[in-house]
Amino acid sequence: MYRQLARSSPIVPRFTRSYIAGQFTGKKNPNGKYTVTLIEGDGIGVEISQAVKDIYAAAKVPIEWEPVDVTPLLIDGKTTLPQAAVYSVNKNLVALKGPLATPVGKGHTSMNLTLRRTFNLFANVRPCKSIVGYDTPYENVDTVLIRENTEGEYSGIEHTIVPGVVQSIKLITRPASEKVIRYAFEYAKSINKPHVLVVHKASIMKLSDGLFVNTAKEVGKEYPDIKLDFELLDNTSLKLTADPADYKNVVMVMPNLYGDIMSDLSSGLIGGLGLTPSGNMGNKVSIFEAVHGSAPDIAGKGLANPTALLLSSCMMLRHMSLNADADKIENAVLKTIASGPENRTGDLHGTASTSHFTEQVIKNL
Amino acid sequence: MLRRTAIARTSALRSLATYSTPESVLPKKYGGRYTVTLIPGDGIGKEITDSVKTIFKSQNVPIDWETVDVSGVDETGHGVAEAVESLKRNKVGLKGILFTPTGSSGKSLNVALRKELDIYASLVLIKNIPGVKSRLDGIDFALVRENTEGEYSGLEHQSYPGVVESLKIMTRFKSERIAKFAFDFAKKNNRKLVTAIHKANIMKLGDGLFRQTVKDVGQSYSGIEVNDLIVDNASMQAVAKPQQFDVLVTPNLYGSILSNIGAALIGGPGLVPGANFGREYAVFEPGCRHVGLDIKGQNTANPTAMILSSAMLLRHLGLNEFADKISDATYATIAEGKVRTKDIGGTSSTTEFTDAIVEKLNA
Repeated sequence: MYRQLARSSPIVPRFTRSYIAGQFTGKKNPNGKYTVTLIEGDGIGVEISQAVKDIYAAAKVPIEWEPVDVTPLLIDGKTTLPQAAVYSVNKNLVALKGPLATPVGKGHTSMNLTLRRTFNLFANVRPCKSIVGYDTPYENVDTVLIRENTEGEYSGIEHTIVPGVVQSIKLITRPASEKVIRYAFEYAKSINKPHVLVVHKASIMKLSDGLFVNTAKEVGKEYPDIKLDFELLDNTSLKLTADPADYKNVVMVMPNLYGDIMSDLSSGLIGGLGLTPSGNMGNKVSIFEAVHGSAPDIAGKGLANPTALLLSSCMMLRHMSLNADADKIENAVLKTIASGPENRTGDLHGTASTSHFTEQVIKNL
Repeated sequence: MLRRTAIARTSALRSLATYSTPESVLPKKYGGRYTVTLIPGDGIGKEITDSVKTIFKSQNVPIDWETVDVSGVDETGHGVAEAVESLKRNKVGLKGILFTPTGSSGKSLNVALRKELDIYASLVLIKNIPGVKSRLDGIDFALVRENTEGEYSGLEHQSYPGVVESLKIMTRFKSERIAKFAFDFAKKNNRKLVTAIHKANIMKLGDGLFRQTVKDVGQSYSGIEVNDLIVDNASMQAVAKPQQFDVLVTPNLYGSILSNIGAALIGGPGLVPGANFGREYAVFEPGCRHVGLDIKGQNTANPTAMILSSAMLLRHLGLNEFADKISDATYATIAEGKVRTKDIGGTSSTTEFTDAIVEKLNA
């Protein structure tokens, strides 16, 4: 009996399954369109969501919007989303989200955290591409960063051991690392950049980042046609700032904290959060969002820049395999921004209003 | 009972820290000459420290080098004890970077050295160097980084196969002393703003403690403004508008990231001087801690970082005239543009660059 056990195969990764986490499995509804949950958000969220709806209608994209309200409820002391919103997202499998304001000191935790926990969004994908028409000191930026979204330094497990000594726990587990790395490989395949770079600090954090690195090596064996490389975080921050063009053909994947910092670094290279799309992948559900703030100071004035939300929606279309529509809208947006300051909004040093910008994009479709 | 002893121990440590006499912590001077520990380190370390030795010799700087060979490449960690002994004796050291293997064995010798000697503050100066092209101008900030705790505590365990916990320790004692270092530095160097870098919105207790401590310490320094910035926002600001930074004080890991970003902004890790200070010891090393194994032995490394760090060492010892001469000559050589190493766009070798500086000094 023992010999049988010894000869039995090594533990197969628990996650070999018929579906790979993070892929879109939705179907069209009876009208022949996909229903997408729309979370308009606070502040400028309403205006930019309207811009997206107008452009989509003009481009005749087969999408039906289902707006929901995500104002949280405090049930049993835990911040939860309203049932209707949860049901909608689980049914439609895709959602587009505008900026949500986290009120300070109101008693409920950050909305982004709640969404992440409710739908188990394990990977955050942030592509950063230089926008023609908005010049930054860095040219030819075209980076993609996939960040593990559920654990790592952000587990929130902290305690004060004795007054004045605090311990924060960084948690790295094999299943979560495997999920996000596998998603990274699949993503690299789908966008035709067959080179994955794992960024880590395993020289110092040998066990935790070491586990992430080893998991990557194992998953890498299943994708022999994708090149796998490793780089220390210090070197990545140095090289990314010195010459971002070096990272054009790589998909970077990293644990939570490093991903957070590096993805904001990449956003800084192209001009800020107002131009950066972002997508959050869950097992079956994905939520694409604009990562900038709700800008309460310009809310309602028609000056907001809908670029981030539009580019995020293009990411969403690609995820749903509606690549032609995605390209059409993205090209229209980039063409509008490149055409001149009269067609750009205030944050890009232009003079256009949201509606003018939207009209121009529709014209360029 | 555990709590009481812990508190008593902390306050005992604190009282030691406040009452040590100045004489016992200054480096010794024998016959008018200082003895300084020299740790060449791995990679390009030997070449760039040779560069410093050449320059010092040509100027008859009153320093005797006590060389200790430590290497991280062979993973045995021997030589560290010797290095620690030497530094305890000489109190001052110049150090190249030791390689840390990314494997399951081999601790970081750099970190071990710093923890053993309690060299808690790392100071990195990021400033545009005239003559070196960079994307952004007007950058001039100092990064004060806590060197001994935070994410680099090295306390990890596997609770269950496939589940690993890594502990990040933040203490009020260490946060306070790094904050005090930052503010004292700001005061002595006429800096106006100290910014704490943290991630207290997520790590509320740990980084929250750091942020609060920096704010509290800032209260006793009038004339210096304090503010704070979340680390991801700080990285974004650093690549877009680094001119707004004056003095940054950070825990261990964020300091590593920001020093690398800063180095890239001004032209590369070969140009950034750095220093590490403890209560009794000071070790000077290049600010951006890259080993350079890939360019070892090729005589192409840029010794500027090491030379400027050695100038900081001279200032620490009070040999200001030598320090000024050497750093002026270095800046002048770079600004002239005739002799430059590969990383800043030139074709000269390390030795040619060193000779150019010596020539300028003797001119």
